[in-house]
Amino acid sequence: MTEMSTITPDGLLEIQLDGLPARELEEWLETMLVIREFEEALEPLTMSGKIPGSAHQSSGQEAVAVGSIRALKPDDLVASPHRPHHHALAKGMSPRVVMAELWGRSTGCAGGRGGTMHLNDFSLGYLGSNGVVGAAVGIAMGAALAAKIRKSGQVALGFFGDGGANTGRTWEFVNFAAVQKLPLIVFCENNQYAVETFIGRSAALHNSIADRASGFGLPSVQIDGQDVGAVYRATLEARERAATGEGPTFVEALTYRYHGHLTAEVADYRTEEEVESWRQTKDPIERLRCALETTAQLAPGRFEELKAKAVAVVADSITYAEQSPLPDPATAADGVTAIPFDPKGPARP
Amino acid sequence: MNDKVTVGQAFQQAMREEMRRDESIFILGTDLFIRGGHFAQVKDIGPEFGRDRVIDAPISEAAMVAAGVGAAMNGMRPVIDLNFIDFSFGAMDEIANQAAKARYLWGNPVPLVIRGSSGVAGYAAQHNNSLEAWFMHMPGLVVVMPSNPADTKGILKSALRGDDPVIFLMHKKLTGSRGTVGGPDDLVPIGKAAIVRVGSDVTILASGIMVQKALAAADTLAADGVEAEVIDLRTIFPLDTEAILESARKTGRVVVVTEEAPYASVASEIAALVQEEIFEYLDAPVARVTAAHAPIPHSPELIDALVPQVDTIVRTVRDSLERWPVSNSEGIST
Repeated sequence: MTEMSTITPDGLLEIQLDGLPARELEEWLETMLVIREFEEALEPLTMSGKIPGSAHQSSGQEAVAVGSIRALKPDDLVASPHRPHHHALAKGMSPRVVMAELWGRSTGCAGGRGGTMHLNDFSLGYLGSNGVVGAAVGIAMGAALAAKIRKSGQVALGFFGDGGANTGRTWEFVNFAAVQKLPLIVFCENNQYAVETFIGRSAALHNSIADRASGFGLPSVQIDGQDVGAVYRATLEARERAATGEGPTFVEALTYRYHGHLTAEVADYRTEEEVESWRQTKDPIERLRCALETTAQLAPGRFEELKAKAVAVVADSITYAEQSPLPDPATAADGVTAIPFDPKGPARP
Repeated sequence: MNDKVTVGQAFQQAMREEMRRDESIFILGTDLFIRGGHFAQVKDIGPEFGRDRVIDAPISEAAMVAAGVGAAMNGMRPVIDLNFIDFSFGAMDEIANQAAKARYLWGNPVPLVIRGSSGVAGYAAQHNNSLEAWFMHMPGLVVVMPSNPADTKGILKSALRGDDPVIFLMHKKLTGSRGTVGGPDDLVPIGKAAIVRVGSDVTILASGIMVQKALAAADTLAADGVEAEVIDLRTIFPLDTEAILESARKTGRVVVVTEEAPYASVASEIAALVQEEIFEYLDAPVARVTAAHAPIPHSPELIDALVPQVDTIVRTVRDSLERWPVSNSEGIST
């Protein structure tokens, strides 16, 4: 984040579109809008109990998901931590199956067994979201090891957060990937807060997790995670390095979540001014919109059309989830292992 | 039909044959390529397959098992060798929360073998844990404990051709134990116990090194005219409930012998199973012979005081027969 940023007339930090695939940028914007609308719809659905439990929203972090995943190839592999909806949607999962999974319906991607923290679609190269901090980096690291042995050409990307920067396993994974020169991108989505703990209270050298990573002997960069172009360029470079046998790269994207750790949480550990400042000057969707409009790549009124489309897509996903059948309780103990056994317990006939 | 090999050599043979057969198999752990592992369990396989498939890892257990889980999700069949199963504590999330859960959540197989030497030998408390009940308790894991070379080879082959995460426990003291083994396609099924001695008076169920002790106890008991049936559990999860219950029905008397601590143990699970399922066939309560509820110490004198010995098994069977004599033919067992 050493570049000097210009302020747009709208008060946004300007982003550069250099090196980005111009013809795809409208789709990026559309996907970011779908993610935002999807996340914004969750609060009433969890509060009313339609979605069992709560969910971890990613509003504010859209550029991280879209910028990084659009720099990957379709066969590349992605694993996520507990705040995964933006990654899953950017990797190509349908809002319908993600929403139905949150609702615990049989049509969800895990048939209602997983919920928010266990989304997956292996056919899309999405190796799942994970309920354990740091664990997704390990899944991606193992997938990268397989890619290296099989010479499949795939690159794996594992997301984790600033909270995950303080668990030992993360650094075991980074070291293993570095020493084995695995085709891996270790992607730290630093949204500054681990639940309610500010990174400055949990890490002595909190201004750069990337600096910590560089001690493991892999290229390591810190970027503006609210700038979809910066995220794309950094990931593309990391992918190139991974694909040519040069090993893993560590990317730290500085980002921000607009909502609490969970839906409807009262976030009294940070100020409204802080949240507003991120929204007003760094919102990733507004910054992309502004850049596209300034360069005449987005026609007047097109943004509103895309937004209306996103609203409709999310509304459709809710209808789909609501009308989907519940899972069959008789199947609750099925598929635990491949080898058969007597499940015992209340589910026993 | 063939020469006798050790348990360690049986493991090597299975690895070599399966790695030749299936390119998706690799083994990862510490000190494997040159040393062949701390128990020589993969001695000399490194040069044949190269460092891409016999991978030396840093001492990072979480990374080793995570590498296995992620690789299994991307088309491989990894064997993660922790050397000592005690070191699985450093990878428990990867084992219990990742490997064990993926199939249930997503329907995707995680074919993964996690090998560890287990059971009581030397070097005191932190290298002598018996964790089979821990793993048995975790839905999604398969747990095996072969007690001889043939089963070691045949069960490993089944694990490598199956689709489950398998905890492969090899007793340290059996590493050099010799026996014949099967050929390249002789599989020993997972989930099947083996009757290793036929008898009619008492069923002794044993795992790992306790199978040898149970057989020795059976010889002593035979001198008194007590014929013990000895069953090698071989697989801890899923237990071969059919074999266990069939023998228990026949003898009406069950003694379970394991080297683990007693509370919430494999022995406890089997005791509960037998009394729940076939109470009316039993002449006596199911007896458990286990280690004491204590860490394993260094001095051999102290170890022997804690873990089951042949005498302990003999005494337990005699005590059972004395307190609950065999019912007559019109008795409650009919």
